[in-house]
Amino acid sequence: MPPKRKNDSIVKVEDVGMDVDTVIDSGSEEEARKRTKNRRAKPQRKAKRVSDDEEDDEDEDEAPRKRGRKKKARPRDSDEDEEEDKRSVKSKGSKASRRKAAKDESDEESEEEPDKRKKGGRATSKKEKEEQNKEKKGGNGKGKERESKGGEKNKKKKNGKLSSSSSSSSEGDEDSLSEGEIAALKEQVEEKKKLIATLRNKPWRMKRRLVMLKEAQEFVEKFEGALGKGKGRKLYAYKVMMTKKFIKFKRDFENFKTACIPWERKIKEVESHFGSSVASYFIFLRWMYGLNLVLFGFMFGLVVLPEVLMGLPYGSIARKTVPRAEQDSAMDFSVLFDFGGYCKYSFLFYGYYNNERTIGLLQFRLPLSYLLVGVGIFGYSLMVVIRTMARNANEGGDGGDEGEFTFSWKMFTSWDYLIGNPETADNKYASITTSFKESIVDEQENQKDENIHLRRFLRVLANVMILCCLGGSGYLIYFVVKRSQEFAEMDNDDLSWFEKNEVEFVMSLLGLVCPPLFETIAELEDYHPRIALKWQLGRIFALFLGNLYTFLFALFDEVTAKLEREKSIKNATEWALNQYYANYSSFYNTTNVPPPDVHPSDVVRGPCWETGVGIEFVKLIVSDVQVSYLTILIGDFARAVIVRFLNYCWCWDLEAGFPSYGEFDISGNVLGLVFNQGMIWMGAFYAPGLVGLNVLRLLTSMYYQCWAVMACNVPHERVFKASRSNNFYMGLLLLVLFLSLLPVVYTIMTLPPSFDCGPFSGQEKMYDVVMETIDQDLPAFIGNIFTYATNPGLIMPAVLLMVLAIYYLNTVSKGYQQANLDLKRKMQMARDEEKNRRNNKDSTNEVMKDLEDLLPNKSLIPPPIEEEPPPDVVVEKNSKSTKTKPGSAGKGVNLQKEVSLAAPNPRGPVTRAPGARGRPPGNPRGPQPGPGRGRGRGAPPRY
Amino acid sequence: MGNKQTTFTDEQLEAFQDCTFFTRKEILRLHSRYRELAPHLVPLDYTNNPDIRVPLALIVTMPELKENPFRDRIVETFSEDGQGNLSFNDFVDMFSALCETSPRELKTIYAFKIYDFNRDNFICKDDLQQTLTLLTKGELTEDEVLLVCDKALEEADLDGDSKLSFSDFQNMISKAPDFLSNFHIRI
Repeated sequence: MPPKRKNDSIVKVEDVGMDVDTVIDSGSEEEARKRTKNRRAKPQRKAKRVSDDEEDDEDEDEAPRKRGRKKKARPRDSDEDEEEDKRSVKSKGSKASRRKAAKDESDEESEEEPDKRKKGGRATSKKEKEEQNKEKKGGNGKGKERESKGGEKNKKKKNGKLSSSSSSSSEGDEDSLSEGEIAALKEQVEEKKKLIATLRNKPWRMKRRLVMLKEAQEFVEKFEGALGKGKGRKLYAYKVMMTKKFIKFKRDFENFKTACIPWERKIKEVESHFGSSVASYFIFLRWMYGLNLVLFGFMFGLVVLPEVLMGLPYGSIARKTVPRAEQDSAMDFSVLFDFGGYCKYSFLFYGYYNNERTIGLLQFRLPLSYLLVGVGIFGYSLMVVIRTMARNANEGGDGGDEGEFTFSWKMFTSWDYLIGNPETADNKYASITTSFKESIVDEQENQKDENIHLRRFLRVLANVMILCCLGGSGYLIYFVVKRSQEFAEMDNDDLSWFEKNEVEFVMSLLGLVCPPLFETIAELEDYHPRIALKWQLGRIFALFLGNLYTFLFALFDEVTAKLEREKSIKNATEWALNQYYANYSSFYNTTNVPPPDVHPSDVVRGPCWETGVGIEFVKLIVSDVQVSYLTILIGDFARAVIVRFLNYCWCWDLEAGFPSYGEFDISGNVLGLVFNQGMIWMGAFYAPGLVGLNVLRLLTSMYYQCWAVMACNVPHERVFKASRSNNFYMGLLLLVLFLSLLPVVYTIMTLPPSFDCGPFSGQEKMYDVVMETIDQDLPAFIGNIFTYATNPGLIMPAVLLMVLAIYYLNTVSKGYQQANLDLKRKMQMARDEEKNRRNNKDSTNEVMKDLEDLLPNKSLIPPPIEEEPPPDVVVEKNSKSTKTKPGSAGKGVNLQKEVSLAAPNPRGPVTRAPGARGRPPGNPRGPQPGPGRGRGRGAPPRY
Repeated sequence: MGNKQTTFTDEQLEAFQDCTFFTRKEILRLHSRYRELAPHLVPLDYTNNPDIRVPLALIVTMPELKENPFRDRIVETFSEDGQGNLSFNDFVDMFSALCETSPRELKTIYAFKIYDFNRDNFICKDDLQQTLTLLTKGELTEDEVLLVCDKALEEADLDGDSKLSFSDFQNMISKAPDFLSNFHIRI
């Protein structure tokens, strides 16, 4: 047929058309189900339709394909005597006959062929189904075939005519030709539509696609109307129209959605200069920005805005007024910059919020909303992070088989097609070369190791030093926070700027100094760069975490101290108030006592520890921003300027030599971002304004860092695999989220809120707001339900149930993993088998050959018989250790003597022929049932 | 393109949208880019499907392809005559296959064709060597190239015929973490 077009030049034109039809049919029918077959068939078809001037070229292409097909087809014939199968596209016999037919018959006949071929394709695709339930499905399927055939004929107005070849090939189908024509048509139309929808996924030339599209559309248009009658027709037309509209809408919506994502061009620019790894940081930053925007929306919309709009204005009550003592300096910049003065008594902090149960016309329950938003932020973040992680994990190629394809991946996927900048391209070439060289060295150095004792000693030493650093930094922070509490007792004016900002300063400094220090120490260890990077990340993480938690503990000390102080103040005020009431009533002799007429700024107030904590966090964030921006300015920009302009008058080449330009520190930046977010999560409850501040920070960061990276950094020499560590960062984020959740929940659940500030003042515990709402505002039965639900008797079983569920899911997932592995193995097996059939085994498969050569001699050695089988069985059952497979391959080689053979083989051939095909040939053999292969038969009896 | 002159009829645009991953605007932009390459050759009016091909030498001057070591192969793969002369259809086809939204399967097919230098439907050792030479600008020594090619074959060749067939290639590439992120061109 088509492949032999040279012979029948007469039919060429029709051939092309016919081809088109064929592919329409088989393409849409086989769809995903028969992917492999499709793939096998497609290139062939594609080759067919290439224009005339490519004929020779294409025939060369065709040759091996055909050979392959023949070889593939033959065994299948022997396997299954399904009639359709023989008629399938790949079948040789029918091809020949069809070719003859095409030569002999007229144009119409050759156009008829697609039907038949299509049916062939369908037959193959439905083969299994039909085999399984011939009664039901088989008849059905055949009917469909017939019908679709009818449809096809209908289309071509050739109902009456049946070519001899087609009639001979489909004699069984003929009897019920007219049955259910509408349904057939409908199906046909659906097929065409499907084709139109998936046309863009087909690896065909555009011209062909256009032709096919036109035909399909014509067909659909022609027959769509014919489907359904009367009312049904209108409905059908309507439906069709709506689907069209819907598709269009979807298209537009997608366009809109992509247009909404900000900084796409900025990131693209960075991407084309620095490759995808640096861009991944900015994408992470953008993601973080999105997350924070949502958090900000919650915080602002449900807490800040209602309080500002509907709550009492500034100056109305004590908590919203600057105390008289501070009023003089409340507007000073230095005070405001430390978030004292007006800042402290603004909506930015916890203390500002009133404890009125409902505010405004809408009866908005602010305290409840505050608590729920505070907790909801965590819930939302948790959900988003986990969802993103899951999506990342789902994205194929998660590097599960890392190391399996090091070289091939480097070869085929390392070039970043996005690069459009010559300098970057040069860098990329260099980095690819380096990475290849590294891999080569790795490969060669695999076994080599010199003076392991020294190295071990150095590693231990390095770890000890780093632990010392970590401990020291922790102690330093604790010390500083303690000291700052002492300072807080003292008068504000006596303190220098440094003394006031000591904590933040020291923390930022530690964050700045320690990572490079770790890096220097890590030089001692002499790890592989990739492992070293992981260690480095882990250490920085530990440092940040340790610092954060030391800070927190110190803060807790402060909080307890404040709580003590608050208690005495509370007692004092209560006592004073009682005195006032007693005096007032005795003096005026009335029980109707008006509240004491004290100006809000004169009221005695407690320390309000929540606001204190909030201020600490905000200060921390601000100083963090300052330090990181200054670092960029000095470490990158100033350095770049110096390197660039001092280079003209310096004794060595600054650009190439020592200072050179900075590289963008992806891991450090990502970690910084992650911890920043952790602090936001922790601080957001005490300082609602913090989220807004963070949004601003991220926004400026985006522009500032984009500029900095474009202006003063050079592309990496080392390739840092960003895509694979994406989920690693998400994991860190999740961990940080969890760790920041702990202190907040602890304070909400255990610490008593301040008595005179914040939305929860007057309550025993913060969560009492929820209880109160349940008791007072919801129907009684909900309260009952809640009481039952919080009963330990119910919670314990629930926890147990969850544990069980986790256990169950874990087991199931393990099962799936196993199944996955099995399937993978099977796939490889099938592929292998196919290949081996196609290629001459003797000439290609050296391992087998070696084994065969070995047989006669080795079979004389009986002893290993006993000890051999067990390891083999183990290997086959485990089926994971691919390396051992070649050994088991050996026993499959000869049928009679497998037992005695197996003994020596595992060692011999495996080590001998590792280069050519260490793992692959063995794979299929181990567990393979060996239906079609004589050689494989050896294995099964062993079980 | 804001001019009055129609470049494509609506049907043509719809057809292109159905056949590619592009929107209407992008197709028009593609046409203008195509026309930029050879303004004297390519007419503005494409309503009657003129049969015009732009030679490879002009195509590879596009900034998107200029730095790509495989630019010649890419263009050749997508050209209908195999010589690198691209008609507008081929041109659209090329960027559609390489765009971000095109599925992994399609990209795999084209990647295979691109890396198959001698077009024998197998990636053999010669192809690998050529790929490697282009990728490293010939910075590796002869021995290193051979070693890397051997290793790559050893890893990816499942049947041991010392060349990669499409299924080998597909199996290998389907697990590659960077393939999708790296194998695309933005227009």
